[in-house]
Amino acid sequence: MPIVKLNKTIITPIILLPIWYLIYINLQPATDWLVDIALGLNKGDHLTESLRFFIFEFPKVLMLLVLIIFFVGILRSFFTAERTRKALEGKSTFVGNIMAGTLGIVTPFCSCSAIPLFLGFVESGIPLGVTFSFLIASPMINEVAVVLLYGMFGWKVTAIYISSGLTIAILAGWIIGKLKLEKWVQEWVYATQLGNENPEEETISLLQRINMGYTAVKEIVGKVWLYVALGIVVGAGVHGYVPQEFMASLMGKSAWYSVPLSVLIGIPLYSNAAGIVPIVSVLIEKGASLGTALAFMMSVIALSLPEMIILRKVLKLPLILTFIAVVGCGIMAVGFLFNAIL
Amino acid sequence: MIIEVLGTGCPKCKSLEKAVREVVSQNGIDAGIRKVEDIIEIMKFNVMTTPALVVDGKVVVKGRVPSNDELKQILTNKIYRI
Repeated sequence: MPIVKLNKTIITPIILLPIWYLIYINLQPATDWLVDIALGLNKGDHLTESLRFFIFEFPKVLMLLVLIIFFVGILRSFFTAERTRKALEGKSTFVGNIMAGTLGIVTPFCSCSAIPLFLGFVESGIPLGVTFSFLIASPMINEVAVVLLYGMFGWKVTAIYISSGLTIAILAGWIIGKLKLEKWVQEWVYATQLGNENPEEETISLLQRINMGYTAVKEIVGKVWLYVALGIVVGAGVHGYVPQEFMASLMGKSAWYSVPLSVLIGIPLYSNAAGIVPIVSVLIEKGASLGTALAFMMSVIALSLPEMIILRKVLKLPLILTFIAVVGCGIMAVGFLFNAIL
Repeated sequence: MIIEVLGTGCPKCKSLEKAVREVVSQNGIDAGIRKVEDIIEIMKFNVMTTPALVVDGKVVVKGRVPSNDELKQILTNKIYRI
């Protein structure tokens, strides 16, 4: 019985991978065939082009999500909050910020665990600024956003997103650390005692890791596919009906105020990455500049009202506002930088 | 057996509590189930990811919701997993 199960778990991805690849490289011709020949629609019509956009983009993005989230799930089985905490203990601040930002990307973490994680870090002596680098990087560099950006813009934009997001997390955490804001942490935080229990680390087999990949696909793709579909429907509509360069005057390079404005609008907005990236993609297509669009996207996914409300339990208001201001300024700097150099 | 479900009220915490109650009643396990929502009490178990499952004072699952089958194994055979 165990042997049968082992074979199935390992062989399924090995069989599916080439099938996945064959479908993926034939998506564009298949879409064109379906739209132009099978449905016989007029090339260049608004409706035709919107439809083509959706029929091609939706399966493409979904396939990329399934593939990459599967591997991300396996990768994440190597990281736990406890291991990350252990790695960060006793590190000097700047090195600590860099490590915390990097580990923030790969450590599995959901915002509902923000409070126990914050307490667990701070109580075991990890500096406030280092803890913030982790808390900023984790939502900022989102695996779904990475996949969608890669699918819609290619690897260069994805690399810009990851590296600038990580830089913001490291520097913002470092600045918050330098500002010595411990006085604005709720008093009870430092009075809380951690239990002595040190749960043993579980030894996970390769099989279990692969299963964690499946679970990640089921949980994440199962949750975001609808947002991806909605985002692409909106995107497809704009793609077919809104004139080119429509956004140029509003979000183009010449409008310097577009960066701070986009960030200010983006901070209170709360959307997951799945819905925002397709929209950002059409904003760019219609003339928004990359820096502005990236800044908008980052402020939507990295800073959100629900997370601030959760963090309010452990942080006093001035610290929350400082946190928003520092990260917001970092995002604006990224927006200006890429508007200037690209 | 005393089973404690640690979680501040996130959707996953609720589904873990529900799953535990299901498995316990379906398999006639003799256990008292308690939901721990107070964060200070949760931190006494030194867990950083919720939801977590505690059996007789020992943390056996954290940061995820196991399948009903796995829960049954944990609660009947006492195979402890973190």
